[in-house]
Amino acid sequence: MAQTQVSERELTMSRAMVEAVAHEMRENEEVFLMGEDVADYGGIFSSTDGLREEFGYDRVMDVPIAETSYIGAGVGAAQAGMRPIVELMFVDFFGVAMDQIYNNMAKNTYMSGGSVSVPMVLTTAVGGTYNDAAQHSQTLYGTFAHLPGMKVVVPSTAYDAKGLMHNAIRDDDPVVYMFHKRLMGLGWMPAPDGPKTGVPEEEYTIPFGVADVKREGADATVVTLGLHVHRALEAAEALAEDGIDAEVIDLRTLTPLDTETVLESVRKTGRLVVVDEDYRSYGVTGEIVATAAEDALADLEAVRRLALPDVPIPYSRPLENEVLPGADDIAAAVRDVQ
Amino acid sequence: MYEDMVTARYYEERLQEEYLEGKQPAFDISAGPIPGELHLAAGHEASGAGVCIHLRDDDTVTAPHRPHHVAIAKGVDLKRMTAEIFGRETGLGKGKGGHMHLFDPDVNFACSGIIAQGCPPAVGAALAAKKRNTDSVAVAFLGEGAIDQGGFLESLNFASVHDLPVVFVVEDNDWAISMPKERITDVEDGSRRAEGFDMHGARVDHDDACDVYEAAEEAVGRARDGNGPTLLEVQVHRRMGHFMGDAEGYRPDADVERHQARDSIERLAADLRGDGVDEADLEAIRSDAETRVDEAIEWAKEQPEPDPEAAHEDAFTNPPNGVTEEEPAIAAGDGGGDD
Ligand SMILES: Cc1ncc(C[n+]2csc(CCOP(=O)(O)OP(=O)(O)O)c2C)c(N)n1
Repeated sequence: MAQTQVSERELTMSRAMVEAVAHEMRENEEVFLMGEDVADYGGIFSSTDGLREEFGYDRVMDVPIAETSYIGAGVGAAQAGMRPIVELMFVDFFGVAMDQIYNNMAKNTYMSGGSVSVPMVLTTAVGGTYNDAAQHSQTLYGTFAHLPGMKVVVPSTAYDAKGLMHNAIRDDDPVVYMFHKRLMGLGWMPAPDGPKTGVPEEEYTIPFGVADVKREGADATVVTLGLHVHRALEAAEALAEDGIDAEVIDLRTLTPLDTETVLESVRKTGRLVVVDEDYRSYGVTGEIVATAAEDALADLEAVRRLALPDVPIPYSRPLENEVLPGADDIAAAVRDVQ
Repeated sequence: MYEDMVTARYYEERLQEEYLEGKQPAFDISAGPIPGELHLAAGHEASGAGVCIHLRDDDTVTAPHRPHHVAIAKGVDLKRMTAEIFGRETGLGKGKGGHMHLFDPDVNFACSGIIAQGCPPAVGAALAAKKRNTDSVAVAFLGEGAIDQGGFLESLNFASVHDLPVVFVVEDNDWAISMPKERITDVEDGSRRAEGFDMHGARVDHDDACDVYEAAEEAVGRARDGNGPTLLEVQVHRRMGHFMGDAEGYRPDADVERHQARDSIERLAADLRGDGVDEADLEAIRSDAETRVDEAIEWAKEQPEPDPEAAHEDAFTNPPNGVTEEEPAIAAGDGGGDD
């Protein structure tokens, strides 16, 4: 259910994330942070802004541009009982370090029969919309969620970002925390209305596996995550003017996945639109539709998927616009299932 | 060399102007005629020019995210490169690649925006040359921030073990975005890493294009003569932020001033004057370069934007049936890819 946000104080998503990290670092000496440009720069997307000033270079470490070594070192430190937060600057760069992510971080708990824990958080920036082309614009939600052994978190608001970050750092399992650049509240990449929300000063956790109904509606269920929560809400406003009442579900975590909230909504509306900024094939949209088909087939009247066609993300503006689902595309898909 | 260097400098000055259009007063990276990231190479020109002058069209170059000076020195089509940066249909990659991903097969030039990941393909081009018994060589450019990356170190080893005709050119500008060199390596002279792979290493300690010329002549000659790879490190300077929009809050003012004060282009001009070259001749080179650049930019801006539908094409050379709506099938006899 929609979160009641008690706080008057509004924060950007990046401030909310940093606040949770700082709190955990103050409370627990074992929490430390490392990544490229996380110290003096404060993270290219402001994800670590101000932490070096408070905690110093020992606990906020710039590292050589060698993701295999420092992400793998995060795994080792986590197995030694520390709680590292490790930043991969853009998710697109996972390729140079995937072995450490997938064959160590994600598998060691299982291969050890549960005797080894890897309590680390891998944070990473995702998303396009600013023409940075194929090696710097992907979301790859599906890639990470497809591989078992790590929890995958995708916040869409400041409130969620803080609560999910507290939870991620305290979790005994490896967590991949994927934040969309366009939601961070950066001066140089304006956010849509929405991600800047009220955020309580005190700590709070948002449990994994609990989707949030960001807007209630009776006529269609729109399931999405990250930036596209805001695109879907914008579409829902436009649809409301035509008398179509869309429900918007923000998954918030992909692993674990809250199938109950999705199914409940689909049983109510009978119409499902799944929106994802990741590639279409073998991804989040297919997963959600399959879940609905398995468990709510009788209630399903129509289904649409909106995702990137299976091409790398192009550079030029008209080309990028063509492949990234926009609010208009979402509204059209919802109309289509009516 | 002087021509390549002044062309590159002026080209980037013009790109900077175009890039900032629509991004003022408030910088929004997605606004204006050139959105996305833009990494300018002002201060790096000596390495691109001093190395590429020894290369032929059939020699391969791979460049990193800061590619323009290298591309210009390698002879990449200036107009089509510019159209690519403006995201136009007639760009080198039909507007799909952008400034970090320039490909010009006519002169065997390629780019990658992933750190050090141009190294393995350069090794591959060298391997192909060796297998085919040609005397072409490959050169991979990378920054000093990239020399800790596995892809680089593994490439050094591969190239050395197989005696491949490849030159690794490390452009040491002292910074990897906000991280000063000493924060990411304890080895001040990066060319010493060559020792660990039993290959040749050399460092040019200042960005004197003539010194780069000589060191590169030796390295490229060694590769061309079948005598194996070289790791060549060149001290360059980053005269600007890492990317456009980088406020460089992390960088001491003194460092900025020092880097601005040493300019390889002025240095080369002074050397040329010392050798008796007329100022008028230098001026003629500069003004020709400016004309060429201005023409390329004007041409690029007149080019059409791509049709949005084109986004669905080119993922494959030989598209499987149904991949594109326009051309669902390859006509019979139209080359299935295995002939
Ligand atoms: C594998 C990978 N990690 C991180 C990045 C982000 N990144 C782009 S440029 C850069 C710094 C590169 O520094 P250097 O190699 O010294 O080149 P310079 O930018 O100084 O020319 C970083 C960290 C990337 N593109 N690829």
